[in-house]
Amino acid sequence: MNKNLERLYNGLWKENPTFVLMLGMCPTLAVTTSAINGIGMGLSTTVVLVLSNMMISALRNLIPDRVRMPAFIVVVASFVTIVQFLMQGFLPSLYTSLGIYIPLIVVNCIILGRAESYASKNPVIPSMFDGIGMGLGFTVGLTLIGIVREVLGNGSIFDVAIKPLDNFHITLFGLAPGAFIVLGFLVALMNVVRRKMEEKGRPLAKAQGCLSGDCAGCTLSSACTGKEEK
Amino acid sequence: MSYVTGLILLLVASAIVNNVVLSQFLGLCPFLGVSKRVETAAGMGGAVIFVITIASFVTSIIYKFILAPTHFEYMQTIVFILVIAALVQFVEMFLKKSVPSLYRSLGVYLPLITTNCAVLGTAINNVTNNYDILESVINGFGVAVGFTIAIVIMAGIREKIEYNDIPETFKGSAIVLITAGLMAMAFLGFSGVI
Repeated sequence: MNKNLERLYNGLWKENPTFVLMLGMCPTLAVTTSAINGIGMGLSTTVVLVLSNMMISALRNLIPDRVRMPAFIVVVASFVTIVQFLMQGFLPSLYTSLGIYIPLIVVNCIILGRAESYASKNPVIPSMFDGIGMGLGFTVGLTLIGIVREVLGNGSIFDVAIKPLDNFHITLFGLAPGAFIVLGFLVALMNVVRRKMEEKGRPLAKAQGCLSGDCAGCTLSSACTGKEEK
Repeated sequence: MSYVTGLILLLVASAIVNNVVLSQFLGLCPFLGVSKRVETAAGMGGAVIFVITIASFVTSIIYKFILAPTHFEYMQTIVFILVIAALVQFVEMFLKKSVPSLYRSLGVYLPLITTNCAVLGTAINNVTNNYDILESVINGFGVAVGFTIAIVIMAGIREKIEYNDIPETFKGSAIVLITAGLMAMAFLGFSGVI
């Protein structure tokens, strides 16, 4: 059981996909116009991540190594399609506001990254907890960014208006430029945290995604290039 | 409005007004990762134009003639991602054999494009907006041109930024993101043009 709790802690805190690993930046920028959208996107990604982690880990001895990437992609795409249908049926308003970013969960770095680096090497139960931890970590990240942008851009939190901010909201933060600027400041903040932690002798995990500067740092670089690591 | 005017407007809209990177947030990975030098950025842009245009054509043909008649529309995400992955591999092999000069300039960027969400996003958008095959190709080409414009401008700015005195904390991707925010602000000015 300890190992499972450790997975949850790892996803939520130690290797938080949004703040520490900096993965999945496309949805992070696109859907965080409000806190609700952030939660919606985070939770749908979590569902896909948990299910695909479990499936891939269950099939890990059956999938030949050479075709593992296409196999992972098919598994992930199937679950994304299922989630898409369920949302269309039960949460139509969220489905409309997330739009194209729901099918694009397929190409989210976090999901293929976890499949490649954890689920394909570990048993089903720890993989499930890994998915829950990473997914919730992503949800928390998106929600926090969503809250910041909603407060600055719309003067509300979770669609509840904050009275003192009535005349002080900056619409720009709800639009595209605001997303880039908020994320820029977040990265700068994380740079400070990173340095502080290093001075304390407890360095954070390295950023892996596109923001680390080059695709070579990505856990998916072998998948990106479509070739086996030599 | 004639069909041709519609196509021209579609091209301008997809390239500039709804810029794929700066207002749709698709293809951010190469936009941030491969924008250090203008030459590499232009190479990446060329490869993206090549792949997205072909992928738009192929996916819309598959949708119109295979998925729609057999009522398998809901399979689009799975089918499209596999088709795009196979297509990129195929284009790479074809260029290597037949057009080695083009392969030398675009080859290294091609594999990076498979997991680029701009390609899948454009294919899905073509279907959602009910574009016919020609419109899909024009839209795909426009999206890719928009990507190239954004990444080349970004690379030009980053070459200058390198010699600036930036606070230690903002060095690296932080300042790049804030620059992208300012560029997005400039591109906001195009909204309402069409």
